[in-house]
Formats: sequence, C-alpha cells, structure tokens
Amino acid sequence: MTREPLILALALLASLEVTSCVRRSEAAPSPKPAAFGAAIVESSGGKQFAQTGATLPQPLVVQVNDEQGNAVAGALVEFSAAHGVSFDPSEGLTDSSGQLTTNVSLGAMGGRYQIVASTFDKSHKQVELRVEEIALDYQQALGRHLSDQYCDRCHNPESSAERVSNYDNLAVKPHPFTEGEVLNKMSDADLTAIISHGGAALNKSALMPAWGNNLGKNDIPALIAYIRAVSDPPSRDAGPVFVRK
Amino acid sequence: MTEKLKALWQKLFGDPVRAFGVVSVVCLCSLAIAPAKNHFSEWRHYQHGYLKMIRNRSEANTLRRHFDGGIQQIWLPDLGVVDRCTSCHAGLKEASLSDVPTQPYRKHPVIPHKLDEFGCTICHRGQGAATTVAEAHNSTLAWEQPILPAKYTESSCGECHRGPLPGTPVLNEGRHLLSRYGCVHCHTVKLPDGGVMKAEDDPPSLSHIADKTTREWVYAWLKDPQAYAATATMPNFKLSDNDARDISAFLIANSAPVAGDNLTVSAKPSSDPGAGTSLYGESFCASCHAVQNAAGNLVGGTVGPELTRVGSKVKPEWLQAWLRNPRVYDPATGMPHYRFNDAQVATLSGFLQAKADSDLLANVHLDPATPEQIAHGKRLVSDYGCASCHEIAGIKKPENFAPELSRIGSKPTTQLIFLPGMQHTLPDYIAGKIKQPRAFASGLKMPQYTFAAAQIDALTTALLSLNERSSTLPSTLTVPAVPESDYQPAGKAGKLMTDLACFSCHRINGHGGDMAPDLTWEGSSVQRDWLVKFFKNPGTLRPALIRRMPRFNLSDEEANQLSDYILTAYQNPAVDRDSMPLSGYPQGQVELGKQLFYGKYSCQGCHIVDTKNDKGYVGPTLTQVGSRLTSAWMLQWLKNPQSLRPGTIEPNRAMSDEEARAITAFLMSQKGGKQEVAKK
Repeated sequence: MTREPLILALALLASLEVTSCVRRSEAAPSPKPAAFGAAIVESSGGKQFAQTGATLPQPLVVQVNDEQGNAVAGALVEFSAAHGVSFDPSEGLTDSSGQLTTNVSLGAMGGRYQIVASTFDKSHKQVELRVEEIALDYQQALGRHLSDQYCDRCHNPESSAERVSNYDNLAVKPHPFTEGEVLNKMSDADLTAIISHGGAALNKSALMPAWGNNLGKNDIPALIAYIRAVSDPPSRDAGPVFVRK
Repeated sequence: MTEKLKALWQKLFGDPVRAFGVVSVVCLCSLAIAPAKNHFSEWRHYQHGYLKMIRNRSEANTLRRHFDGGIQQIWLPDLGVVDRCTSCHAGLKEASLSDVPTQPYRKHPVIPHKLDEFGCTICHRGQGAATTVAEAHNSTLAWEQPILPAKYTESSCGECHRGPLPGTPVLNEGRHLLSRYGCVHCHTVKLPDGGVMKAEDDPPSLSHIADKTTREWVYAWLKDPQAYAATATMPNFKLSDNDARDISAFLIANSAPVAGDNLTVSAKPSSDPGAGTSLYGESFCASCHAVQNAAGNLVGGTVGPELTRVGSKVKPEWLQAWLRNPRVYDPATGMPHYRFNDAQVATLSGFLQAKADSDLLANVHLDPATPEQIAHGKRLVSDYGCASCHEIAGIKKPENFAPELSRIGSKPTTQLIFLPGMQHTLPDYIAGKIKQPRAFASGLKMPQYTFAAAQIDALTTALLSLNERSSTLPSTLTVPAVPESDYQPAGKAGKLMTDLACFSCHRINGHGGDMAPDLTWEGSSVQRDWLVKFFKNPGTLRPALIRRMPRFNLSDEEANQLSDYILTAYQNPAVDRDSMPLSGYPQGQVELGKQLFYGKYSCQGCHIVDTKNDKGYVGPTLTQVGSRLTSAWMLQWLKNPQSLRPGTIEPNRAMSDEEARAITAFLMSQKGGKQEVAKK
C-alpha cells in the first residue's frame, strides 16, 4: 500500500527521463528534395588550405546537374567528412543555379581531408563528389607564413593588385610549390641545400638566392613541411588523408 | 514477498558455517573490486591498443623499446602541470607515427616546445591528472576546464608570449582586432605587465560634428554604419528610428564650430573627373583610403576611412578646409597636411564630393529637433556609452563602461548564461557573445559587429588567452611584447614631421606605422641631394607597389629642413662614412662588381639596373642608386642587411669585403639619367 506512491514517482521519473531524451535526440528534419540530378560537380572551393580546426577561407560550392549537364535546382545535397570536420550548413537544397554553398571547418589534425558531397538521382541511387581540403598544422602554417614573406613573390605566378608576381620577370621560371611532379622528386636534403645555399648549390638557377643566413633553424624545415603539405599530386610526406568512416 | 525474503535469508545465513562461507565470499569479491577496476581501466585499454598497432609496423622493436607501460605523468611544479595524457597518447614523441590517422596514437605535430618541458594541458587545457577520456577531455565532476577546440589552441601561446609570433597568426589577428575595433574603449583589458591594452582605431571627436556633416547623415550612420561604408569599424547599436533621431539631434545641437573650419567654399569645386582621378592617384590617397570600384571590390588601404560614399557625408566647405589643413579640425589626425594650392583643393574636393550615393539619405526626413528630443538624445548618448570612444563636449568619458576582460579566459561556466542550443563551454559563450551580443538578454547595450567567422574565431582566441594563469605567471616564464616607444622628433623639423604625419606610415626608433620603410637609420642611408629632390617630387623606387610616398608640395625651405634633420638625427654608428669613397673606383673593381651582380649573386632577379634587360620587381629599382644611397651604407648593407634593417627580406649573402666593395662600386656608378629621375 505504501509502495504505490513510490512506484508512481518512479514511473513519473522514468517518463520524464524518456521525454527529455527524446527532446535531446530530436534533430531538424532534412528538407524534402524537389528535384533529382544525375551528377554532382565542384564549382569552387576545393584544394584550399587552412590551419587545423579553422574555417576555410572560401566556402565550398557544389552543383547538381542532370543527364544533359544542366543545373538542377531543389536537389538535396549532404556533406560529410571525417570526424572533426564541420559544415555550415551540412545539408540543403540547391538554389536556382543548381548550387549549394557551405562553410567548411577542418579537423584538429594536420593533413588532407576528404569531403564527400552526395545527392540522390531519380532511382534513389546515391551520387557522390569527393573534394580534398588541406589542414596545416603548426609547422606547416609557419612555413606558409615564411613562404608568403620570402618565396611567394617569385614562386607564385598569380598576381594581384596588392602584390605583383615577379614570376614572369625571371629568365628561369621557379617551381610553384604546388608543382608536385617536380618537388616530390626532390629529397628534404636537396630542398634544404637549395633554400640555404641558393639554386647554384645544385647547379640550378642562380636567380634563386641563398636564404641560409636569413632563416632560423626551425624555418627551413617549416618551409619544407609546407611545400610537402600543398604539393599536387600529394607528396609522400603530406600525411594521412582523413576520410569519412 | 516477505516469505520469499525470509526463505532466502534462511538459505544464506541459516547456520553459522554457511553464514561464515557467504560472508567470506562477499569479502573476497569486494577485495577483488579494486584490482579489477585497475585491470579494466580505460588507459590500459589504450595501451593494449597501442602495442597491438605497433606490432605490425616495420620499426616495431624501436617503438616497443620506447614504450613504458603503466600510468605516465609529466610533472612540472613551476607550471602547475600534472599531466597523465601520455598514458593513453603513447606515440606523441614517435616521429615515425605521423602517418597514423587518429589519436591517441598519432605523433604530435612539430611545435617549438618540448612535451617534457611544457606538458599537454598548458596548451590544450583539459584535466591533466585524469586517466579517463571523459574526465580528461570534457568537464565532468564539476571541473571547469574542458579541452580547448583546435581552432583556439593559439590562445595558450598568448598566455606567455605577449607579443606577436610568426607561428600564431590567429592570436595576432585577434589581438589586433581587439585594438582595431576599439573593443578596449569600453572593456578594460589590463595586461599582466601593468599596462592596459590600447585601442588602435581613431574614433573622431563629435564635439564639432556639425562643421563636418549633416544631421541626416548622422541619423543614417547611426541606423546602419555599414550601409555607408562596408569597412566601418563603428558597430550597429540597433537604434530605433526615434532614438537615432534624438541622438542625431543632440549631437548636432551640442556641436561647436571650430575657428577656421566653417569657411565658405573658398574654391569652386571642379567637376573635371579626369583631373580629380589623377590628383587622387598622384597624392596616393589610396595608400590609406579605400574606395569600392565598379566591380564592388575595395581598392586601397585601411589606415584612413573608406571614401566610397564620402560625398554623401561631408559638407563641401568642411572638405575644402580639411584638405587644406586637416590639423585645424583634428590636431591629432593621422592624415598628412598636404600643401595643396587652391586649384588642387578645388579639383580634389570636387572629385570626392562626386563620390556620393543618392540612396543613402533618400529616405531620411527629419523635422527640426525639439528640446525634449535633444535632452533625450543626451540621455541616450550617456546610456550607450558613446563617450567611451568619442570625445563629446559636455559628456564625461565613462569609467569601466563594460565588464573588464582581463581574465575572461578563466571565467567559470557556472557564472555564464548560455543561449538555448548552445554548447556549455566558455569558447562557445565568448564566440556567441561576439556574434550576437543582444541575444543573451533583453536590454543589453553591447552593439552588433559585422565580423566574419574567422574574425570571431580570432577574437575568441585572443580573449581566451587573457586568463588567470596568464595574469599570474612569474615574469621569468613570460616573453614580453616589445612596447611601442613614445619617440617624438624634436624642434622645427619634428613639428613638420608631425604635420606631415610621417609616423602614420613610417617607423622611427620604435614608433610609427609599418606601411613604409623604417627610417631609424635613414640619415646614414641616403644622399642629401637625392633626399631634397625626393621630398619635392617622390619618384618611384619600387615599381610593383601601389602604396607609395605622396607628394606633399613642400616648399624648398621645408624640404631642406627635413633633409638636414634626417641626415643629422638618423645616423647609424655602425655605418662608417669613411669606409668607402663616394666615387673614383678603379674600372676593374666596377667590372668585377657587375659580374658578381649579374652572375654569382644574380641580383637582377629582384632589382633593375639596366632597364632594357633587367625585370626584377621585388626590390627597389637601382637605375640611379648611385645618386640615392651612400657608398658606406651600401657596403654595410651588402655584408649584412639585417644589421641595418632587422627583418628585411634582402638575402644575407655573407659577402666578403672584396665582393661587397666591388658591387658597391658597380652600383655607385649607376647615377641615372635626368629623364629617369622625373619618370614615375
């Protein structure tokens, strides 16, 4: 007889627990797709660099096309990647030009992150696009800073109004740091020698000056780590590729 | 029910022998709990996992030898570190484990500090002494310190390193934003060295605002500063129409004219856009001011305010007076006093006045202000703390208007009120507060800023670095920032340099901007004749730069006065004037210098000597360097450029004396033709 209130209270507690759990697991429902495409392609935002954990400087834009290659509006696109990568938004419907834009924050570890954008075609089969983005760890980010300061003016052919490239002015063209075909074939020791003693040290162009007296002892390894991180095709030392499990 | 229990009791403890047996078994079992708990502990699970993982690797034996079982601990009493993280994170120091894709077994990325000297929680926060993932990484058991998300890790560098570091771009940016956006006008940030963080923005005085602009513009600006200029650092106070009306009424009514500033238009503004564009270009206004171009991109510097819609803001008579001499209206302005003549003032004011946006004020119709509105406006100005940033006649700058942020990075989460749906962590709270300050309660005064996601991350990083530990670290453990000096040049020339706002761009003796070269040793570097000519007509030294030295239209007397001062005051004792003659070098030496210049050192990659063949755009053009620099400076520069200008990117080639002399001789023979001197 005295137990009844106790049982009642227990039941009440249990139901409270259940309702609170239900509320917690409640997620916003996915939007209903209004159309289906046949392929998904990258519009912009692939192969960017950002520091670990940081948001990529440009958003990732993908486009859904039909069999004829025309943009499809209203198709549902979902983004996914390895643990630690976040998207804002992580899914959505393509706009009138067939595109969906998302801001990507990379994970906490340096390396390449594979981003998967997926949509469904008319037969509800999943169509995927894989894009790679690069997270720079401390050393690689320091290398990027040094590269901006010392290397970029000649090694990057891209000019802007704020920063005119010197690439076209050089009789012997320097290798852009993304040029994996060439740079991957050079050992760390060779790169160190060229950076510290100049191009002439390895019978290359003397237009590449010797930076050994300008750079500190941690700087040259940082530069090489950066070169390895951004090379395309990827260098052996670029670290793992983080993929969705 | 009770019968069953009674039966069970009888069964277990019915006779003494059985009772003794049962009690013994229970005792034994409870004794086994502790060792069992230890055996099945989480960290052992991870150590087993590590051993299993390394077994299949080629360097398994080495890794096995490096591995120590049991609880590992880094104990650093000086830093208050007791970190057992390495019990699970067993591979942090193994260089070969950089290909392992996940923690806890991956190698730690290369950083400038050793793990054994700093531990883990100094940078990552979390509970170092814990030996389970939940307790170490998250905040359980009412511990306050969860692990820091990776994007904020640089905040920990800032606890000890008070100045900018090349490896901490996010922290540097965050600290810069705290100053640049004037956060520290309202929020005091006491620095551990005793000073306070200073603001770098330059909010204008509002005591004379009616000279400069109209009430309609003030109203539109108060409603939405970014509608006038996307780059405006003034935040949006989300004022109601009536509040903006009353504040604008008060500010205009409260304004007193500045003598000499409310002149009638003295020169008829010219409407020749071609002449205006070229004078705006020649005066290098774009070095400091940005303007949105037709494509919507901002072109120009960020030192001064954006001028895209300046014609909708300023009164023509004020603009002309300002262009004539900005120091009449604002003695402390960073804008140089160009000595424009009447025709130039007319051209430039006409050009700027045409940069108007008819939409900006199209819907602003204000009736004349009533005394009640003005009084209400005054009250609002006090309530919103406008005088924290702006000087306003009759209103005192409020002290500690907003909460102090000196230790915000240690604020306990129990003292925070979170928004629904928000993670209950301090970094999320700070970022959320910057993103939407008014959402946290009604009646909050903090205005809305328009920061990008990356800027909010940077600001949060900088704020997290201001914490209990950073303010209590002994000075032996910190790396202080290099303080900005309060250097001021003396005498008449010093006054002239202030008038020309040299320090807005140039740095001298640790004081001033970083847009243009440091002039601390300029007196040893340049020849007097060149300097005088340069002041009269600054030519192009670096063809690829869009920010350049403007022509201030100096008189001969002023140019001479400045040159004399610079030649006298800014001498480097290490540059010996007698170390190398200015001319008269043997032909062989010049020839050797030329060979070294084009051959061994290939200087033409970055510099131009022969305009026909050389194309280098990185360093200054050297076609007339023999008339510009002193030979003694050049000799010392070639031997060790960083000894004269620390941080210059000129490669330090450690040249021998003979080589440096030869190249100096070759360069000193580059005097340049007259036509090149005048060429832009």
